[in-house]
Amino acid sequence: MKGKAWKFGNDIDTDLILPGRYLVLRCESDLAQHLMEGADPEFPKKVKKGDIIVGGKNFGCGSSREHAPIAMKGAGISAVVAESFARIFYRNAINLGIPLIEIKDISKHVSQGDELEIDMEKGILKNLTTGEEFTIKGLPGFMRNILDKGGLIPYLKEEIAKGEL
Amino acid sequence: MSMTIAEKIFAKASGKKEVDAGDVVMANIDVAMTHDLTGPLSVEAFEKIGVPKVWDPEKIVILFDHQVPADSLDAVTNHMIMRKFVKEQGITNFYDVREGVCHQVLPEKGHVVPGEIVVGTDSHTCTHGALGAFATGIGSTDMSMVFATGKLWFKVPETIKFNIEGTLPDYTYAKDVILNIIGQIGADGATYKACQFAGETTSNMSVSDRMVMCNMAIEMGGKTGLVEPDQKTVNYLKNRTNKSYNIIKGDNDAASLEIMDIDVSDLEPQIACPHNVDNVHGISEVEGTPIDQVFLGSCTNGRIQDLRDAAKILKGNKVSNSIRMLVIPASREVYTKALNEGLMNIFVDSGALVCNPCCGPCLGGHIGLIGPGEVSLSTSNRNFKGRQGSSEGEVYLSSAAVAAASAITGKIEDPRNL
Repeated sequence: MKGKAWKFGNDIDTDLILPGRYLVLRCESDLAQHLMEGADPEFPKKVKKGDIIVGGKNFGCGSSREHAPIAMKGAGISAVVAESFARIFYRNAINLGIPLIEIKDISKHVSQGDELEIDMEKGILKNLTTGEEFTIKGLPGFMRNILDKGGLIPYLKEEIAKGEL
Repeated sequence: MSMTIAEKIFAKASGKKEVDAGDVVMANIDVAMTHDLTGPLSVEAFEKIGVPKVWDPEKIVILFDHQVPADSLDAVTNHMIMRKFVKEQGITNFYDVREGVCHQVLPEKGHVVPGEIVVGTDSHTCTHGALGAFATGIGSTDMSMVFATGKLWFKVPETIKFNIEGTLPDYTYAKDVILNIIGQIGADGATYKACQFAGETTSNMSVSDRMVMCNMAIEMGGKTGLVEPDQKTVNYLKNRTNKSYNIIKGDNDAASLEIMDIDVSDLEPQIACPHNVDNVHGISEVEGTPIDQVFLGSCTNGRIQDLRDAAKILKGNKVSNSIRMLVIPASREVYTKALNEGLMNIFVDSGALVCNPCCGPCLGGHIGLIGPGEVSLSTSNRNFKGRQGSSEGEVYLSSAAVAAASAITGKIEDPRNL
């Protein structure tokens, strides 16, 4: 996947990703219209399908609202790259099939608008604007399976059909 | 093998003799809670799995607390989706709009007992660790798996044990202790870990105080808060639950246990300043900051003890004309007690608005929002940008006592000055 980087800072909480006043919404496309609105009210207008969100440490902290990664899915965000993730957001995003990539100090190596290319198979993130390359640490096996199936629901359907659960 | 409380609970829940921090286990869930805001997404995800019935309708608890009463057609639609699900699935533990905030109602109604695994589609589910359960917040898709299978996978966490010692000075409370700890270790200082509160100060705390501590474990990234059950836990549960339970205690020599010593003998009232919960300062650094609204309530500090602490300070005083104050008891039980004790008269006479039990302005999507440039002083747990309304507003967090004192003067006020 390839996309433009949108940079955000440390401790981006899920209230910034999807403010509480929109939690009554359920539909992916409705939620997408408010993605990152707490941090940048213009973001929903600027973001394009395939773009990549880049954060600092503790990305996705706070509320367990799955509305936050659902809004990302609705907007077509192809991946979130951050220095570290808060745990509930991490699970929620993987469960929806959104790749999350943890790279130490990535904020220092990506500027707003840089073109990024991610190869999950090879485990490489390339900043096409600067030419820098980074190794992606693989997900733990169990989570990798969920992501490969496109999320927890397709994974579960398959496991249940096999009689594994 | 020596194990922490968290490891012992996960070993039991996954049918293993022992587990280590870092192990991935499939655990049987004892209690699954969802509410009006995250519930509809859980129901939709469950329906996509294609399993017609939930694994055990008696282990699911559903209530409405975030938008109660419904304030929009979207909100009432969410309530209706949940009512339909409750009916279709035969869920008996359903409280509709009547009882209050989930993290107060579940313990009150006896759904939480020591040694069990409690999950909820709300990040403050960690509150229930105050009774010695392993309780954690999950997303709606994870909840759909629980609905369908009664199981969820977990990475067994390491534990940070906060040994809290010392007598709390006058006008300092559990809220000040937990804010101080979060300020010390940071918003991600306990990420993925169980935060166990121990030591003499914790032993002396009421269950209500322990809930304040555990409630905010998530604000330092914790997977749960935990307090080892003792006689106070047993007394709390008496007459509340008919569930049988085993008290699980941890081993002090467990390999995954990290100890942090906290001394509270010199603590002053603590304030979390905008826009992060770990931006904590002693009140002396921020007193005098003008405010526009005081919110007393939430799953952190909307319990009867908080209302008593605030009423004691407000009695015979008026809420400053320059601000408004909202008092929102965390549950119907708290509301009734406050009525019977005459606390509500004190609040109403002072000029505060008393609202029905609900989450109130805490989530910034229902009542009592703040506008651009306005400042809220709140006893809740989060002060993120935009949390209580406008992104241009500011939220400070404090104890109930500081909230009451500040309501009188219209600025952040040290209750020791009054």
